[in-house]
Amino acid sequence: MIFRAEVVVARLAAAASRRTGSGGGTTLPGKLLLRLSPDAIGTLAAPLDRSTVVSATNGKTTTAKMAASVLESGGADLCRNHGGANLDSGIASALLTARAGQVGLFEVDEAALTGVCATLRPSTLVLGNLFRDQLDRYGELELIGDRWRSLVAGLAGDTVVAYNADDPLVAGVGVAAPKGFGFGIEDASVSRESMQHAADSKWCSRCGHRLGYDAVFLGHLGHWRCPNCGNARPAPAVVARAVRTIGLEASEFTLELPSGSAAVRLPVGGLYNVYNALAAAAIGHAHGIAAATVADGLGRFSAAFGRGERIDLDGRPALVLLIKNPAGANEVIRTLAAEPARKTLVVALNDRIADGRDVSWIWDVDFEELAPQVAQVVVTGTRAAEMGMRLKYAGLDAAAIRVEPALEAALDAGRAAGEGPLYLLPTYTAMLDLRRLLVDRGAVRPYWEAA
Amino acid sequence: MSVTVGHLYPEHLNIYADRGNIAVLRRRCEWRGIEFAVAECGPGDPTPKADLYYLGGGQDRDQVLIADDLLARTADLRTAVGDGAGVLAVCGGYQLLGHGYRGHQGDEMPGTGLVDLTTVAGPTRMIGNITLRCELDPGDQRTLVGFENHAGRTTLGPGVQPLGRVVRGNGNNGDDGGEGVQHGMIIGTYVHGPLLPKNPWLADWLIAAALRRHGDERELEPLDDGLELAAHRTAAAIA
Repeated sequence: MIFRAEVVVARLAAAASRRTGSGGGTTLPGKLLLRLSPDAIGTLAAPLDRSTVVSATNGKTTTAKMAASVLESGGADLCRNHGGANLDSGIASALLTARAGQVGLFEVDEAALTGVCATLRPSTLVLGNLFRDQLDRYGELELIGDRWRSLVAGLAGDTVVAYNADDPLVAGVGVAAPKGFGFGIEDASVSRESMQHAADSKWCSRCGHRLGYDAVFLGHLGHWRCPNCGNARPAPAVVARAVRTIGLEASEFTLELPSGSAAVRLPVGGLYNVYNALAAAAIGHAHGIAAATVADGLGRFSAAFGRGERIDLDGRPALVLLIKNPAGANEVIRTLAAEPARKTLVVALNDRIADGRDVSWIWDVDFEELAPQVAQVVVTGTRAAEMGMRLKYAGLDAAAIRVEPALEAALDAGRAAGEGPLYLLPTYTAMLDLRRLLVDRGAVRPYWEAA
Repeated sequence: MSVTVGHLYPEHLNIYADRGNIAVLRRRCEWRGIEFAVAECGPGDPTPKADLYYLGGGQDRDQVLIADDLLARTADLRTAVGDGAGVLAVCGGYQLLGHGYRGHQGDEMPGTGLVDLTTVAGPTRMIGNITLRCELDPGDQRTLVGFENHAGRTTLGPGVQPLGRVVRGNGNNGDDGGEGVQHGMIIGTYVHGPLLPKNPWLADWLIAAALRRHGDERELEPLDDGLELAAHRTAAAIA
């Protein structure tokens, strides 16, 4: 019963963390527990009915939240991690409350995935996408791809791998699984005219030849094929057809599962969220949930903080859109630029460890697309001037750029500037700072209360 | 008068936001009414005529994909440099300026040998903010700031000068205090971030050199560099 005692200690730490207001107890108790008992994840997960793990460079938190909505529509009682606490400590913390018969649903950092899967032994593994992200922390994209390949090769034979068929690197990993299926978009009308600059996996993972695309939806995601060796996008089992994006408000599409189809109205905009919804639908499918129930769950989803959540800033509507790497930021910009109005922005660039100390990635983001629509921008964060400079080279008049390194002052300056909604674009740690600030002002609820 | 940059392998060598360097050269020319053009050059394309050749860094895989093609155009680049053209090479591109790169498994990737330098993979990556002191023109001391992230340890041949002395950071190999290389009009460096936005003096040095090739000896008119210098100061303070 030694393990019981360790769990009690960790649970007390979680309660203390919430009571003192220092955090939701989302990582600290797990960290403590894993130090006391390194195989805690496997032991705590044993009573769960089954577990699903979601990983990707972009969209983990949103996908997990959508999947939760889908699984709950299907009647599941969930045990899941919250608020981007997606390293082993976050999973262990979440598992402290695991009960028999619950279904596990965990978003896991792409670099931590191998370790978590080894102890958790998920019944379903969802591989969303791989984009260039924080080279100083994760290393090159190919290295993560290689790690995922070895992970899939070592999975138990009955693990179902659901993979993004439109991502050449991820599909290459996924098709090697003994059991699995792909998901993807089947609507060439939402294709981009050309590939974005930041597109990453442009070369065939088998032969190195440049890939050809019949449609490019986002970054390097699309209908790809290698003209040299015949390697091509595997036909997906879970698809979105007749996709219609309605600015920042919503997206509509027809969801097709092997078991049937249903119309989906997703209450968040952006094509990247259609991919997140497909990943969530794939989880629903793996759980045997019917298309209509999946569609119902997706329709009831509400955005996670920083992922398109709408807030009221003392009477001014504001929208928080996390930007953390070129591919994700480009989709945010593409979605914003689809709304033609002149805009007021607050862009917060931090260079803490969780953001990546190297801020060069902002030069791979197509701020040029948004610059003509920006009336005023307040730049803030530890690298505020760097962000201002980037926007100047993107074509914005230096007079429209205000540098305000302190976040609170920047938020007030943004609120007082221009008109219409205020768009807040923070990097990861800036988003956490922003959230704390908005909780203090009563504009949003603390993250451990907002499920 | 116009400035032409020959951008080598933009599809392969672009890992550290290399296009930021091109954007800075373009804007700083345009703001002064100087015509600016980029000639992109991929594998198999003829080497374009240019005042400055730019070679960025790539993922290991991408660098292997272009290595042979680059070797095949070494003679073209040597001729262009002999004719006064400059070369700016960053990270992986910098390593390819030398004799080659020896990896962890002893695998050898040959370089162009345009400059006498060699690179060997080290046991750890050197990652972090970096500050240098440079003196590209005698008596004109400048600070260069940025970010380095490399496993390669580069050693310069006898008599070959580094781009600058490391004030904070690792530089070429973490031992000899040098960073990068300056060999006539060839500049190589591990500093990205990207390199030029926060170091507008270096961008202007390259533009002025390109103009001189066309017999234009002008002093570049100063620009309002308030944001650039603020970003430079922040980077220098955290290195």
